[in-house]
Amino acid sequence: MYSIISAVAVVGGTGLVFGCLLAYASIIFEVKKDPRSSQILEILPGANCGACGYAGCSAYASAVAEGGAPVNACSVGKDAVAEKIADIMGVKAEKVEKKIAKVLCNGNCNHAKYKYEYFGIENCIAAAKLAGGAKTCHTGCLGLGTCTNVCKFDAISIVDGIAVIDPQKCTACGLCVQICPKHIIEFVPEKSTHWVLCKNTDKGVFTGKYCAVGCIGCGICGKNCPKDAIHIENNIAKIDYSKCIGCGICAMKCPKKAIHSIKV
Amino acid sequence: MKQAFAIVLSAILTQNFVLVKFLGICPFLGVSKKTETAAGMGMAVTFVMAIASMITYATNHFLLVPLHLEYLQTIAFILIIAGLVQFVEMFVQKSMPSLYNALGIYLPLITTNCAVLGVALLNVQNEYNFIYSLLYGTCAALGFSLAIFLFAGIRELINEKDIPKPFQGFPIALVTAGLMAIAFMGFSGFSI
Repeated sequence: MYSIISAVAVVGGTGLVFGCLLAYASIIFEVKKDPRSSQILEILPGANCGACGYAGCSAYASAVAEGGAPVNACSVGKDAVAEKIADIMGVKAEKVEKKIAKVLCNGNCNHAKYKYEYFGIENCIAAAKLAGGAKTCHTGCLGLGTCTNVCKFDAISIVDGIAVIDPQKCTACGLCVQICPKHIIEFVPEKSTHWVLCKNTDKGVFTGKYCAVGCIGCGICGKNCPKDAIHIENNIAKIDYSKCIGCGICAMKCPKKAIHSIKV
Repeated sequence: MKQAFAIVLSAILTQNFVLVKFLGICPFLGVSKKTETAAGMGMAVTFVMAIASMITYATNHFLLVPLHLEYLQTIAFILIIAGLVQFVEMFVQKSMPSLYNALGIYLPLITTNCAVLGVALLNVQNEYNFIYSLLYGTCAALGFSLAIFLFAGIRELINEKDIPKPFQGFPIALVTAGLMAIAFMGFSGFSI
């Protein structure tokens, strides 16, 4: 009888001691959290997909509550969730901006120059390790289809030796953006109509030698833009999509045809 | 001194917790996709195992043995480890936010890590004193960290290789773990 009582007392007592300790610790070590972050967490879909760029729904919720993070970053919950979060935060929700991935290279086999002929395994990551790939341009699409294979939505195809993403099928999951060893796939707004299809930041003289359609950073596009939406950064033209009205003047004026337009 | 050296060597290499004793396989396979997360997990486990060794030694020595309740070791240790991990999590969150952010999601995982319970029970089984218990706990955790870090490095490399389709992902990871275990068996030749 004694052994039963002592066993119950020891386990129960240990549990009680730890319970009290934890209860006490939760008061002492309480970290003040913004109450809004738990409210936001309840609204979020709870998919923990990470599409917003944070580690999960709770990380995103606290990022919003502590300021800084936009209320409309949840692409799963879309506008409905964004509106509710905006109510909690007391700001006006802007529409969730849908994005698509875009391969920023147009140096297909007719335009780009090659250093050597590649006969290895059909994988861009492997090819990129051989002196940066077969193309002379170090930011050129290798076109071996690593992004095509990783895409779950069958949205990427290889056309003339470069990857092309079908905007209709792209869900902006970001798998191709992560896997591309050249880091030339980027998100652009779905509504965008013009893209600088080059990421080579070398001086124009060199870019011109690598590829017939590379951006040489001449700045003609920026000078002709009526809305001041395109600028040269690191020898490469960059479009500010919040200002771009899609007039297409930059694409027409570009001497290298590095800017692409849906209209053309 | 000689016994201390033997404990260090056996805990890290010859009796490696993951690869020889097969304890803590869940985090070993689950959190080893990237070397950074593997290092984070290793740090968290080391931290908890060192503290758990001390507290479970004290509980066993001052509570269970005097009352002849040694048969309660398993359940008492589980209770202590679970409570301890919670406490450590709160403490770290308050006092070292940067460490909490680095370890954050791994801390609760350790509650159910059998390596921690394993070290507590082995300390009793091997009849280590307080200092040796602490040493064994720390070194066993270092052995765990070593194994998971090496494994994560190998997995990162393997991911970029041309692996036959049926072996891609988890199967090749298990094959790798098996080969690493065989490699670690080589250390069992040491005798001190």
